[in-house]
Amino acid sequence: MELYAILKLIWAALLCVLFIGLGLMVGMDMGVGTLLRFVGRNDGERRTALNIIGPHWDGNQVWFILGGGAIFAAFPTLYATSFSVFYVVMILLLFSMILRPVAFEYRSKADSKLWRASWDWVFLISGFLPMFIYGAAFGNILEGVGYHFGWNGQYYQDSSFFSYLLNPFVILCGLMSVSLSVYQGGVMLMIRSEDPIYGRARTYAQRGGILAIILFAVGGLFISRMKGFVLTAPVDPAMPANPLHGQEVAQIAGAWLHNYAVHPALWLLPVLGFACMVLGVLAVRAHNGGLAWWVGLGSWIGTIGTVGAAMFPFLMPSTTAPNQSLTIWNSTASAYGLSCMLVVALIFVPLILCYTSWCYYVMRGKVRTADIIHDSHSY
Amino acid sequence: MDIINPTVVDLSRFQFALTALYHFMFVPLTLGLTFMLAAMETVYVVTGRKIYKEMAQFWGKLFGINFAIGVATGLTMEFEFGTNWSMYSRFFGDMFGTPLAIEGLMAFFMESTFVGLMFFGWDRLSKQAHLAITYLVALGSNLSALWILIANASMNVPEGGHFDPETMRMQFDSFVHVIFNPDAQSKFVHTSVAGYVSAALFVMGISAFYLLRGQHKQFAARSFRMAALFGIISTVAVITLGDVLGRMDYEKQPTKIAAIEGLWHTSKPPYEPWILAALPDDAKQENHFEIGVPFVLTPLIAHDFNTPITGLHELEDAAGPRIQSGIEAVSALRRYGETHQQADLDIFRAHEEDMGYGFLATRHAPNQDVTNISAEALPKVIEETKPDILPNVFVTFWAFRLMVFLALYFFALFAISSYVSLKNKLERNKLLLRLCLWSIPLPILATEFGWITAEAGRQPWTVFNKLPTFLSSSTHSVSYMVFSLAGFTLLYSIFIAAELYLMFKFARLGPEAHDAPHDDATQHPHLTAVSSTPSAAH
Ligand code: HDD
Ligand code: HEM
Ligand code: HEM
Repeated sequence: MELYAILKLIWAALLCVLFIGLGLMVGMDMGVGTLLRFVGRNDGERRTALNIIGPHWDGNQVWFILGGGAIFAAFPTLYATSFSVFYVVMILLLFSMILRPVAFEYRSKADSKLWRASWDWVFLISGFLPMFIYGAAFGNILEGVGYHFGWNGQYYQDSSFFSYLLNPFVILCGLMSVSLSVYQGGVMLMIRSEDPIYGRARTYAQRGGILAIILFAVGGLFISRMKGFVLTAPVDPAMPANPLHGQEVAQIAGAWLHNYAVHPALWLLPVLGFACMVLGVLAVRAHNGGLAWWVGLGSWIGTIGTVGAAMFPFLMPSTTAPNQSLTIWNSTASAYGLSCMLVVALIFVPLILCYTSWCYYVMRGKVRTADIIHDSHSY
Repeated sequence: MDIINPTVVDLSRFQFALTALYHFMFVPLTLGLTFMLAAMETVYVVTGRKIYKEMAQFWGKLFGINFAIGVATGLTMEFEFGTNWSMYSRFFGDMFGTPLAIEGLMAFFMESTFVGLMFFGWDRLSKQAHLAITYLVALGSNLSALWILIANASMNVPEGGHFDPETMRMQFDSFVHVIFNPDAQSKFVHTSVAGYVSAALFVMGISAFYLLRGQHKQFAARSFRMAALFGIISTVAVITLGDVLGRMDYEKQPTKIAAIEGLWHTSKPPYEPWILAALPDDAKQENHFEIGVPFVLTPLIAHDFNTPITGLHELEDAAGPRIQSGIEAVSALRRYGETHQQADLDIFRAHEEDMGYGFLATRHAPNQDVTNISAEALPKVIEETKPDILPNVFVTFWAFRLMVFLALYFFALFAISSYVSLKNKLERNKLLLRLCLWSIPLPILATEFGWITAEAGRQPWTVFNKLPTFLSSSTHSVSYMVFSLAGFTLLYSIFIAAELYLMFKFARLGPEAHDAPHDDATQHPHLTAVSSTPSAAH
């Protein structure tokens, strides 16, 4: 296989890693945000919950920023097209995301009840909505999106955003991602809080986990029936990255199971997802927060991996111009750009994992309400 | 080729300018304050004097209030390329995305991860470890400026890449050229140092406020002196690097420098005056009145006495042949994309350098299709396209002037303040203190004018000489744009109100409120006596 094709494959894999990291780390903070009003019944408890992720949310959020940046760098055509196709949804996602940093920093800096209660609602919205949209976007992409390109590469949208938002499968995917995030947030709260927050968080983590199992199963049924996409003629994986470069694509019911039929080993991915979710619920029941946290990582690997394996090599298929569907072969950056980014990623990703872990290590231990309200650095 | 609804383009431009300028109200303070915090903490760690720890913690709190909005509004910037500038992102993403992603990997991760420890780690880390963290935050924020400015410079001076007809986009071919783009390097220093000026004046102004009220005297006097010295050095650096940037524009973006100087006709050295004030009229292409200083322009820009500087009219005339050649390039490109004939590729190669000028003609071509212009229509299309190569002279000219006048004012203000503060005569100079207080927003204003100069002066291009702005945006309906603009207006108004409320609240409360609220406030001009265990606060 040519070098360029290998680079494209590596970046497709890294894209999955990024989506997993984003789901896990950002999802965890979003889960805490969603649960904030439920696990904390008074101001002290809510501040405790916030301060559990207080030192880390900003660092975690960079997974999200990097998600955008890495798609921009490694899959510029995907970045340009997907952000515009999903315009209204993306802007809603953005609105809810930008309220969150302000909420963290400002909520506890004024004493008014109304002030704090308003920011608590902001946490709920900016925890639930982004995770919902994150999952829903995967749902939309699986179903295909309406767009085509002009001769110079300008994209044109062919269907309105209502058709993306309101359909059962998409809502199911959105809720799936929310329930994983509630699970992870609940587990994080368990690890670093004491009763009564601990007990409530444990209940929600269990519910999140169980809901995720059900939705994952139902979602699988949907996917096996829906009209997936397949390449009907072989393409050169090392082709120039241009969606106008000629490929033949058909939309066929059940096609998303095609890859699984060819490579049965791929079934391990959904199995991993299920196993981790079940194990997670059991670990939560057994009061083992640490295990439950790491198993949460497995759930994300399983879900994102399942979707990735089903769609390969598609990234965002087009329903109105299937031959112009974006795949990992036709929408990456240049070979030179991909190699540069790879070198940079190989240097920095391990470094980031090291210092992020160190930060969690420094801030380890239970957060107590009594300490929070006397510490002027806390949220 | 269809052109994008001009209203959508205008709204996208308006939205980008609005959100970028807003982001940049908060970023300069982050860039500068982080280093000032590190400096204060260094003094604390070296000398062990508690007052410097209090300084770092107090200014750190104000930093946090500012930082949150910087982060929030930065998210918008990152989304906006994809949501509003789809064609641009596809055309230039290979070169532009890379620095942006490196910014995330190298700078944002570091800054954002450690900023948590900086706020929460006082009790959990040794003094030295905490100091190291503070330096990493400062380094992270400045590295993020470096990478974003590398990205921005590649739009102004696209080096390190070429257009590839197979993929119909700019492709990256030299990482080294992109990073060591001289425009990027001087932009980085000029911008981050502009941030230091902003932070210095911020600290100086609030300290002046305490001195005026006779509160926290020792704390304020020390902060003031540190800021004044930091400020004078930074101002000198900002002016020096500003000169380098002007030189860079002179070499690489002649239309920008001519617009900055309001120069309609090629200059006649050495007499040519540097215009202090004028009323440039873009429609008539002339200045209505001019006040200038003779003999200054040529040495200022060209750094010698006898190089003529090309004027806007002459630049416009020179564009004619390039537009014609560009039209051939774009036509050949389209044919090549459809049929892949070597002959078309050869024609394209011959005219490649002018491709952007061909795109620029789209608006004036019959049916907005440059690939299909008849021989009779061609001269008219070229004639009509020529004026389009010029940026808005009035805006560029005045934005630049205001930045420079403010620079001179800062120089004077910091010089006098340093002198008075070193002589320990601050408290007697009420007028100076008041001036410092009221000047807090001015460096931010200067920075905004700087960006308007840089970005408005780059027009009509998003990628200089390669891709025109009016082709860069997404093909949305107007209602989409109205929806997002309304949302931004609402949210950003809430942000600024909340930020100002908290800033004023905590600045008024002053350092004691931060560390010892249980003591009686009136007892507290003597900060050295204040207990500094952070966990004793409210
Ligand atoms: C405190 C803020 C501040 C101050 C006092 C100055 N500048 Fe500035 N200037 C900026 C803040 C700034 C900026 C916001 O940071 C810009 C916008 C883009 C950039 O790279 O820096 C800028 C841009 C900018 C540009 C356009 C660069 C381009 O084409 O991209 C020029 C030519 C100058 N500056 C020149 C000067 C000169 C000659 C100054 C003083 C005599 C000066 N600036 C003072
Ligand atoms: C990496 C950094 C930046 C990039 C890539 C960038 C890119 C762009 C783009 C694509 C446009 C739209 C074209 C246009 O309307 O002119 C634009 C316009 C503009 N940007 Fe930037 N920008 C950057 C930084 C900034 C910053 C930080 C500011 C201000 C604080 C700023 C201020 C403006 C303004 C004022 C305009 C409007 C100019 C006009 O329409 O005439 N830019 N920029
Ligand atoms: C138009 C292009 C720009 C984009 C896409 C962008 C993106 C971002 C993003 C996503 C953040 C949040 C990072 C976090 O969570 O820590 C951010 C913050 C920041 N940006 Fe920008 N930015 C732009 C322009 C600029 C420019 C021109 C500079 C500096 C010269 C700059 C300097 C910073 C700094 C120092 C921060 C740190 C936090 C703060 O602002 O207070 N940005 N930016």
